[in-house]
Amino acid sequence: MGRKLIELSSNLLLVAFILYIVASFVFAISVTGKRWGKRDEQAHKQRFGSIGFGITIVAVLAHASYIITRWIGQGHIPTSNMFEFIAFLAFSIAVAFVIIYLVYRVPILGAFAIPVVFIMIAYASVFPRTVTPLIPALQSYWLKIHVTTAAAGEGIFAVGFAAGLMYLVRTIDQSKNSRSRRWLEGTLTLVLMLVGFIITSVVFNAMDYKAEFELNIDNTKSVVEYKMPAIAGPQNAVLLSDSAMKPWFDAPGWMKGLNAAKKLNTVIWSVLSGLGLYVLLRLLFRKRLGQLLQPALSDLDPEMIDEISYRAIAIGYPVFTLGALIFAMIWAAEAWGRFWGWDPKEVWALITWLFYTAYLHLRLSKGWIGEKSAWLAVLGFIVVMVTLVFVNLVIVGLHSYAQVG
Amino acid sequence: MNNVKCECGHANPVGTVLCEACGNPLLEEIKQGDSPLDMRYEGAARRSQTYNKSIIDKVWNFFSSVKIAVYMIVIVLVASIVGTIFPQEVYIPVPKPASIFYEETYGFIGKIYYLLGFHNLFSSWWYVLLLLMIGISLVVCSLDRMIPLYKALKKQKVKHSINFLTRQRLKAEVSVPAEWGSKLDQLQGFLKKRRYDVRREGDSLLAEKGRFSRWGPYINHIGLIIFLIGALMRLVPGYYLDQYVWVKDGETKKVPETPYYVKSEGFTIDFYEKEDLPEGAGLDNLQGVIKQYQTKAVLYENVNAGLPGSEPKLQEVARHDIIVNHPLKYNDLQLFQSGQRPKAIAALNMTLVNEKTGDKIGKFKIDLYNPQSEYKINDTTTIKMLEYYPDFEFTKDKKPTTKSPNPDNPAFVLNVISPQTPNGEKAWLFLGSYLPAPGTENIFGYEFSMPDLTNITGLMVRKDKSLPVIYFGCFISMLGLVMGFYWQHRRIWIQTERSLVYVAGHTNKNWFGLKNEVLDVFKKASIPVSLVEHGKDGKKVD
Repeated sequence: MGRKLIELSSNLLLVAFILYIVASFVFAISVTGKRWGKRDEQAHKQRFGSIGFGITIVAVLAHASYIITRWIGQGHIPTSNMFEFIAFLAFSIAVAFVIIYLVYRVPILGAFAIPVVFIMIAYASVFPRTVTPLIPALQSYWLKIHVTTAAAGEGIFAVGFAAGLMYLVRTIDQSKNSRSRRWLEGTLTLVLMLVGFIITSVVFNAMDYKAEFELNIDNTKSVVEYKMPAIAGPQNAVLLSDSAMKPWFDAPGWMKGLNAAKKLNTVIWSVLSGLGLYVLLRLLFRKRLGQLLQPALSDLDPEMIDEISYRAIAIGYPVFTLGALIFAMIWAAEAWGRFWGWDPKEVWALITWLFYTAYLHLRLSKGWIGEKSAWLAVLGFIVVMVTLVFVNLVIVGLHSYAQVG
Repeated sequence: MNNVKCECGHANPVGTVLCEACGNPLLEEIKQGDSPLDMRYEGAARRSQTYNKSIIDKVWNFFSSVKIAVYMIVIVLVASIVGTIFPQEVYIPVPKPASIFYEETYGFIGKIYYLLGFHNLFSSWWYVLLLLMIGISLVVCSLDRMIPLYKALKKQKVKHSINFLTRQRLKAEVSVPAEWGSKLDQLQGFLKKRRYDVRREGDSLLAEKGRFSRWGPYINHIGLIIFLIGALMRLVPGYYLDQYVWVKDGETKKVPETPYYVKSEGFTIDFYEKEDLPEGAGLDNLQGVIKQYQTKAVLYENVNAGLPGSEPKLQEVARHDIIVNHPLKYNDLQLFQSGQRPKAIAALNMTLVNEKTGDKIGKFKIDLYNPQSEYKINDTTTIKMLEYYPDFEFTKDKKPTTKSPNPDNPAFVLNVISPQTPNGEKAWLFLGSYLPAPGTENIFGYEFSMPDLTNITGLMVRKDKSLPVIYFGCFISMLGLVMGFYWQHRRIWIQTERSLVYVAGHTNKNWFGLKNEVLDVFKKASIPVSLVEHGKDGKKVD
C-alpha cells in the first residue's frame, strides 16, 4: 500500500513537472506568437493565455495529488526533508501564481513564474527521495502549520521575483552598455547556474559516477564520496577509485571539514555549467539574454508589472511573517523551551524578513518604485534561496536535518 | 505660531503641504506644476518636517526618519549575516573555550571573527542597542505620521479645489451629462453597493472605503513594540528562568530556583521499527533511528518551602510523560525533554581483596550520585572516602579537580582502616583501575564487578512569564499587517463645477483595482468616461 502510493506520488510529480514546462511554453507563445500569420492579436493572446492557465491548473492539481498521496503513503506531511520541502515550495509558487494570475490576467507572467516552479521541482529531485521517519523534534502538528505557511510566504515572494525580473527585462535599455544591463545579465546567468547544477547532478547521477577520496581529518582516516568528477579535490587526499578523474587542483587549506572540498567542487560545477549554458545561448541566438527576452515583454505596461511585483510581496509579507517567524517562535517555545535562540535558520528567517521590511519602507516612504523596487524584489528571492540552500546545506544548526552532499 | 492661509481662506498649521480644507497645495512651486500630488500623509503637517531647533527636535527628527530606520535595519541585517558565517559561541560543537576554538578551527578569519565579538553577536551591546533604536524609531515614526494622518482624514471635506482633483493619479473630466442629478444618484447607489461610504454635497460626492487599512502599519508597529517589551521583560528578575536538571531513573531531585521537586519514574528511548512506517516506503535501514525520548515525570511541591530549616515535605502536583514537543507544564513552570544519558553508570560494585593472599574481604557499592563517607566491610575493616571527583581532571598546576558535578569520569581517594593498617592505607580509585599511594607496599586491592546502570534524563527547566506578552505582540502585529496589506483605502471624488464633472481617484495601493472599479461604476451608470492615469513619474499613460 505505502510503496504503491509513494510510487504513484512520484509519477504525479513527474506529470506536474512536464505540464508546468508545457504551460510555460504556451504562456510564452501567447505573446510571442501573436504576430504569426494574420492573427487577431488580442484573441490569440487570450486564447493561449487561457490554454496555458488551464494546463497550469491541471499541473497544480497533479502537484497537489503528489502531496496527498505521499502524505498518506508515508504517514506524515511531505515537508520534512530537502526533497519534500523544495517540492512543496514549488507547489506554493504555483498556487501563488494562480492567485496573482486570476487578479491581473497577464499571460506572459506565466512564462516567467512557471519556470521558477519547474526549476524548483528539478532542484528538489537532486536530493534523495527516500521517506525519512520524523525525528522527535519534528513530531508536532506545528510541522504542518509552520512549514506550510512559511513556504506559502516564500512562494508568493517568488512570484514577486518573477515579476520584478520581468520589469527589469522590459525596461532596461539593451542598446546602451550600463550597469543595470550587466547586472541583469548576471542575474539571468545566476539562474542558469542553478539550472547547470541541476543538469550536472542529474547527468552524473544517471551515470552513477563515484569518486572516493581518503583523507586525514584530526588524525582519523575518512572517506569522501564525490558524485561529480573532482575539479577541486580535498587537500592531501588519495583518490581511491581507479576510473575517476584526477582533481585539477586541491581545495584551499582553510576549507576544513569532511565535505568542504566536495561542496566547493559542486559550486565549481554549477558555475562552469551555468557559464557554459550562457555561452551556448549567446552563440545560438547571438544576443544577450536580456535582449533575447525583451521582445516578449514589449507590449507589457511596465507600471502594471511593477504593481504586480509589489502586490505579490505585499500579499506574501504577512504570510511569511506568520509562518516563518510567529509560528516558528510558538513551535520553538513548545519544542525547545525558548521562542528564539539565534539558530542560523532563525537568523536567516529574520534576515529575509528584515530585507522585505526594508523593501516595503523604501517603496512606501522613500518612493523606490520601478527599477529600484524590481532589483530589491529580485534580490529578496535570492535571499530566500540562500536561506534554503546555504543555511540548510552549509551551516549546521538545529534545523539542518537534510543530509546532502 | 503663524498659520498658513490657503486661497480658500482656511488657516493651516505650519508645515502643511496640502490645505486641510480644499487640498490645494500651499507651496507656490507645487501649486504651479502639473505633476500628480504627493498624497502621502494627506499632505498634513508633521512635527519632524516642521521643527528643527531644540535638541529634542533633532532627536525626534532622527528617529522619525524612515531613511535612518532603513539604515538601521540594513546594518542589523548585514551584521546578522556575518553572525551566521561561523557558529555562535553557544553552538560551538566541541567543549573548547571560544578564545581557542575560532582560531583553531577557522584560522585567521576565525580569530578576527572572535576578536570583533561576532561569536556572541546577538547579545553584544551594539546589536542589542540597534534593536532598541529600531524600537524607538518605530514609536517615533508612528507618532510623527499617524496623528496628523488621522486628523487629516477625519477633517476631510467632500469638495476640493480643482487643482487637487486634476492632479490626482487617476482622473477624468466629463461634460455634465443629461439628467446629471439622477445619474449621480445612480452612481452613488452603485458605489454604496461596492461598500463605499458616500458623502454627498449637492452635485458632488466623496466615496471612501477601507480607511481603517491606513492604520494597519501603525497597529503593526504597536505590536512590534509590545513584542520588544515582552523580550525585555525577561530581564526582570523572576520573569524568566533558565535552568537544567539531570534526573536518574527513580530519583527525586530539586528543581533549581523553585519550590518544586521532580521525580523520573523512568527514561526511555524508542526506536523506529518496521511497523511504524508503511511497508516498502523506501527505507531499508531503520536501525538506530530514534522515534521518541520519554521521561515519566512526577512533579512535587515542597509544602515546607516557606519554612526555613524544615525538612522538605513533598506533595504531588503534576504527572506527565514528557516527550519532545510535549513538556510538563504546571502553573508557569515548564520541564522540557532535552538531554539523555542512557545506560549511564550509577554505582560501582567493588570488592576489597587482599593483594598478597588474593582473599576477598568483602563487597561494597559506591553510589556515584550519593557516595557514603564510610563503607563498613566487616567488623574490623572500614573504608573511608577521603576525596571524590565526579568528573576528574588535572588543573594546569597538576592538582586534581572535577570538571562538572556529573559522574562522567569518577575518581576517589579511599583509605582502608583494618587491623593490619590501623593508620589506614590510601589509594586512588578510577573507573576500572586503582593506584596505591606512591612508595608504599600496599596490602589491599580492589576488584570491579559489573556496575549498576541507570538512565538519566536531562530536563530543561523554563519559566517565561513574558510569553503571553510576546504572543500578544505578535497577534497585534499580524492584525496590523493584515489590515494594511489585505485592504486598501480607496477614495473617489466626483465634483461638478458648472458644465464639467471632475472625477478623481486615490488609493494607497492596488491602482489596478481602483481603476477597474471606477470604470465599472461609470459603465453601469452608462456615462462614458475616459480615465487618465498619471504615471508615477508624472508622465501620462492612458
